[in-house]
Amino acid sequence: MSRQETDSSRRQFLGQAAAAGLLIAPGVMLYKVAQARTPEMPASAINRWGMLIDTNKCATGCSDCVSACQTENGWGGKNSNEKHSAITQKAQWIRKVKLTDKLSGYVQSLPLMCQHCESPPCVDVCPTGASMKRADGLVLVDKHICIGCRYCMMACPYKARSFVHETLTGQKPYAPRGKGTVEACTMCVQRVDTGRTPACVEACSGEGHKAMYFGDLKDPASEISKRLKKYGGSEIRSDLDLNTGVRYQGL
Amino acid sequence: MAYSQRLSRKAIAWLVGAILVLPLTASAGVPVPVIPKAKAGTTCVEPANIMRREHMKFILHHREETVRQGIRTKKFSLKECIACHNAPDKSGAVARIGTPEHFCSTCHNYAAVKIDCFECHADKPANTHYRHSLAEGKTPHHPGMKSEDKVLSTKTLEIITAKGEKQ
Repeated sequence: MSRQETDSSRRQFLGQAAAAGLLIAPGVMLYKVAQARTPEMPASAINRWGMLIDTNKCATGCSDCVSACQTENGWGGKNSNEKHSAITQKAQWIRKVKLTDKLSGYVQSLPLMCQHCESPPCVDVCPTGASMKRADGLVLVDKHICIGCRYCMMACPYKARSFVHETLTGQKPYAPRGKGTVEACTMCVQRVDTGRTPACVEACSGEGHKAMYFGDLKDPASEISKRLKKYGGSEIRSDLDLNTGVRYQGL
Repeated sequence: MAYSQRLSRKAIAWLVGAILVLPLTASAGVPVPVIPKAKAGTTCVEPANIMRREHMKFILHHREETVRQGIRTKKFSLKECIACHNAPDKSGAVARIGTPEHFCSTCHNYAAVKIDCFECHADKPANTHYRHSLAEGKTPHHPGMKSEDKVLSTKTLEIITAKGEKQ
């Protein structure tokens, strides 16, 4: 327990030191330059991509984020190849969750997907290294080396990952997925890498709900950071100390 | 020259001929791969002889960089290979993996080397109207380089100038 405390405080210190800027020489500081990443530049720890979901604006019964994700990444829907899988076995990258307060009957609705933890349990348990966290905080599955053991699915407290049980056809060229591998929300990595926002966020704001915000948690000038600073945002299962990249307001 | 000598020489010649011809007749049952042409007016990222020998190393290296680091350059990207080499024909028909018409299957079927790339990856371009030219603009696969009208886009210019400043 004490070891854990030491680790997290050390991490905090390092994080603060990094956020403050890099001291090259006395009096000379190298600050990061806000600049879009070119295709040949690797993802770096300068960014940490995150999402903020305002549950007060998230409408009960609306599933625009889910259908946008399905269209973008080619899972689920009417044309799904998963004909033989039970409903609980089918791929589910993002889902709508309804919370009802038993005492008052107050109903809340929110989208739940991979929370892109800073210390992801799915990465800890992966025996092959397929489950991984990218430098910019996105938690992904390298399906090339995934053996489909599904340990990560057991380890995830958010039930965010799915296993593909059936042979798939007609995948999107930018979102490969196939039988025998585990998959989950990628925060639309193919879009993020080209400076776009995830499909769910785009759909949510496109429909005028504006319940979802995407941005760089490490950039104090980003809208998501400003909102988090002003209004705060809670983590689901914050007791697990995972430091999730997806935050919720109004929970 | 003795008759017997002439006969034996004839026999040898016949035997040699038979040996030469035999493999040809035997191989008539195995169709030699007919490699489909890439999109007209395009040049590959490396010479064909190098690509034939080394393509698996190139795409393996690129996949690591893309998945693990998010480097999405077009050179050696499987998506770009497919866009050029399995472009739809004039009628809009696209070859599917496994059929001899598919660029990858042509050789892989012949060599009996099973590939599982296309169990996850798309075996055809997403947009069947997709037109991609590598030779235009003399900048094959330069990231973000649009070759329309042979004029650099403002975005490209921004990238170039930003790079110059950094150095």
